[in-house]
Amino acid sequence: MTKLSNAQIAWRAAQDIHDGAYVNLGIGFPEMVAKFQPPGRQAVFHTENGVLGFGEAPAPGEEDWDLINAGKKAITLKPGAAFFHHADSFAMVRGGHLDVAILGAYEVAETGDLANWSTGPKGVPAVGGAMDLVHGAKRVAVITDHVTKTGAPKLVERCTLPLTGVGCVTRVYTSLAVIDIEGGRLVLREKLPSMSFDELQAVTGAKLHLDGPVSDLIVPEV
Amino acid sequence: MDKRIASVEGAVADIPDGATVMIGGFGGSGAPIELIHALIGRFLATGSPKNLTVINNNAGNGHVGIAALIEQGMVRKMVCSFPRSADPRVFTEKYLSGEIELELVPQGTLAERIRAGGAGIPAFFTPTSFGTDLAKGKPVEVFEGRSYVMERWLKADFALLKAELGDFYGNLTYRMAARNFAPIMAMAAARTVVQVSRAVEPGTIDPEAVITPGIFVDTIVEVADPAQEEALNRAGAHYPEVTA
Repeated sequence: MTKLSNAQIAWRAAQDIHDGAYVNLGIGFPEMVAKFQPPGRQAVFHTENGVLGFGEAPAPGEEDWDLINAGKKAITLKPGAAFFHHADSFAMVRGGHLDVAILGAYEVAETGDLANWSTGPKGVPAVGGAMDLVHGAKRVAVITDHVTKTGAPKLVERCTLPLTGVGCVTRVYTSLAVIDIEGGRLVLREKLPSMSFDELQAVTGAKLHLDGPVSDLIVPEV
Repeated sequence: MDKRIASVEGAVADIPDGATVMIGGFGGSGAPIELIHALIGRFLATGSPKNLTVINNNAGNGHVGIAALIEQGMVRKMVCSFPRSADPRVFTEKYLSGEIELELVPQGTLAERIRAGGAGIPAFFTPTSFGTDLAKGKPVEVFEGRSYVMERWLKADFALLKAELGDFYGNLTYRMAARNFAPIMAMAAARTVVQVSRAVEPGTIDPEAVITPGIFVDTIVEVADPAQEEALNRAGAHYPEVTA
């Protein structure tokens, strides 16, 4: 079955970020969204450890380890960047000042519940800023493969893994579709043109609803 | 009024067994390596301090700094949001064998609890963690139709921090993202000890540029060219040094 690559999912998510938006990208896969800002638009990226307005990684050997992102990777600054302490950083998060937060997911429920921090009681638990980021941003979007590595749906009626937040996700960009979460329902907005609605429903663990036309999800090779 | 002290050993000499210690830094950025290593040096020489509760975002990386503190068995409990790192083995082994306790706190809640501790606010309500395992047992209230979890302030006996410039009154500036938790930890500890890369005369730092006002600082000690945790780990460093 054809599906979008991670880079293509990130590209699609990047198309919805407006010029001047303040954006937090989760560690790992979501960081890729920054590469695909449409020409003419400039977002300001926030990282939890206390930087607004950071750019790409420095060249190897040019790292300054006092200048890192939440994933502890070296970053560079863009003109107009700002530093701030951790309480201010999370005031930006919880206080409704970010336009978009984009996160990864283990499971997303039709209610907007998100599970993305723990796969269960084994090992050392670690949460970081995930539980804060799902509250306060004007839009909380998830980017994810549509199914798990074993083929199980990641969009479900109720999450089975420990929750990161309740009723917090507003849009999901998957390898097969773009789905909004509205009023406790999954509303299909875009799907790969090669897939039928029924084929998509078969790999989705909760009922897909229609509310207006469904667009073709067409993403360039990136 | 001169808050300088001559040595890192002197700066950490009063931290007793059982103390709660906030340690600045996010990963290696802002980690006061020399103060932490001075504390370990004291423990190796005297057997004290031990049974520490350490508050930091993480739980150490490699075998230096907080990881070395844990490796020596000086830490009874970690309060942190993300006890993982590139090389988290020291904490992981002690946690899985039950030798160290963990209080896991969402990162923004950790920051706000520390800020509240420094600001004299014993509790506050936050949307973070509502409906999750980390809110179990905590009071919940509804404000304007939305549910919020009550969290308590977090205070400490000591804070060990790193800053860039520090004048003799304790006014501080920081270097880039290295400030992270330091300004709020400086507020929340009964005694705040800061290693500064350069100690300067009062008046050297423009008052407009002061990030932490000296009222929050008790002791400064100059450590020129401080070690960087990330660089130490990339070089495979251990503290104390392992001899073959």
